[in-house]
Amino acid sequence: MSSISKSPWVIHYDGSSCNGCDIEVLAALMPRFDVERFGVINTGNPKHADILLLTGSINEQNKPVVQNIYNQMPEPKVVLALGICATSGGIFRECYNVMGGADKAVPVDLYVPGCAIRPEAIIDAVVQALGILEKKRAAMNAAAV
Amino acid sequence: MSNRTIIPFGPQHPVLPEPIHLDLVVEDEKVVEAIPSIGFIHRGLEKLVEKKDFIDFVYVAERICGICSYIHGMTYCMSVEQLLKLEIPDRAQYLRTIWSELSRIHSHLLWLGLTADSFGFESLFMQSWRIRESILDIIEETTGGRVIFGAAKVGGVRRDVSSVKLDEIMKKLRVYQKEINTIGSVFLNDTTVKHRMQGVGVLSQADAKSLGAVGPMLRGSGVSQDMRMTGYASYGKIGFTPVVETAGDCYARTKVRILEIAQSVDIIQKCIEQIKEGPIEVKVIGMPDGEYFARTEQPRGEVIYYAKGNGTKFLQRMRVRTPTFANLAPLLATLRGCQLADVPVIVLTIDPCISCAER
Ligand code: SF4
Repeated sequence: MSSISKSPWVIHYDGSSCNGCDIEVLAALMPRFDVERFGVINTGNPKHADILLLTGSINEQNKPVVQNIYNQMPEPKVVLALGICATSGGIFRECYNVMGGADKAVPVDLYVPGCAIRPEAIIDAVVQALGILEKKRAAMNAAAV
Repeated sequence: MSNRTIIPFGPQHPVLPEPIHLDLVVEDEKVVEAIPSIGFIHRGLEKLVEKKDFIDFVYVAERICGICSYIHGMTYCMSVEQLLKLEIPDRAQYLRTIWSELSRIHSHLLWLGLTADSFGFESLFMQSWRIRESILDIIEETTGGRVIFGAAKVGGVRRDVSSVKLDEIMKKLRVYQKEINTIGSVFLNDTTVKHRMQGVGVLSQADAKSLGAVGPMLRGSGVSQDMRMTGYASYGKIGFTPVVETAGDCYARTKVRILEIAQSVDIIQKCIEQIKEGPIEVKVIGMPDGEYFARTEQPRGEVIYYAKGNGTKFLQRMRVRTPTFANLAPLLATLRGCQLADVPVIVLTIDPCISCAER
């Protein structure tokens, strides 16, 4: 286990969500659910982040923003699509300004449905993401040798 | 003459859970102008009325915003019920009022937390959200959902709450009220907090009126206006006087919200005292025809729903004017001339909800 999976730093970006999922992401950081006890720290700076939490769907205007954040994150990195909007577009899929889920902009590692997503699901997803991070890191090390 | 610099604020910014972009034109540390650019979360859901029938659309209306979700759904139902000429039973009206006020309490607590975060008071942020979780527990016990709980439906409410449960809720709320008072007094009496909020972002009464501010933004500037005065749901039977402060600064707006939490607890108590057994919904017959404006008070201010039916199961047009949209013009006015370090606090003091502003 590397330090990365002991204390992953997350960054959250809201695509075009209804806010429900964003608020639950924040709630997961609060005393009740307290993901900080797993070493998870929320950061506002993509260059410090290991896990990107995306909520909401993708449209023309926010696509470059999401890609920009993703590109600034150092390797290895994991992207979680939180909520049904980020998974597929959900209830808004038929809207004219919705292109679809988060995978329309960046590669997604884990889809976490729910509308609104519950904090327990977010925590579970982040814990699973640690495993993925670890695998990606091992692959990177193997490639470097 | 000093140099002008443009500092971008957002769309991805630590104090904002949601994306909005402001170009701040600064001279030294002073903001001379703020130019917003929006559209990051526009979904175009008003047009969905053409694809989802008027009963199904409640789910979309609830997802305009995840914080005042319930009041959005309820206001939509109110507008359609008027078109269908439905009489909503008393018990449903009281339950609607109770859930509206619970939403208001959790939304104001959420806001208090984010505001504390914007001036860097991390533990106050945590405390506000801790209490908010208890309110969400009550919502979860009565409806099954946390933030989006789908309790509104055309013709009434989806679930009943037993009288035993209602009494339990009241007991709990009284306990939480004490905790809220404790954190409220930190917001109102702590020197550091006062220093960050008093005299910051002043909006005069005249400006508040002419720029069309709504909600706590308007009431913090000394205008006594609140849609609950019109007596929709059961506010008419309970009686209602808005909370008003006159200073017009960030501190006044915070005070309005803290006092409104206590007021909401009182409103819930009155509802629980007055509520009678009875049906919680009526059968929906007919198709919506004609047009109607429904206006209600959300935690952030007045929301207007316009619905136009043409006698089919699809509405012809639906339009929402949300409180954050109305508060954007006053926000830009208050940002002019402020210090750069105060920008996050002032932006948060309108309680921005970008997802409903852009829909
Ligand atoms: S999944 Fe549901 S709660 Fe989450 S952003 Fe989408 S509509 Fe809102």
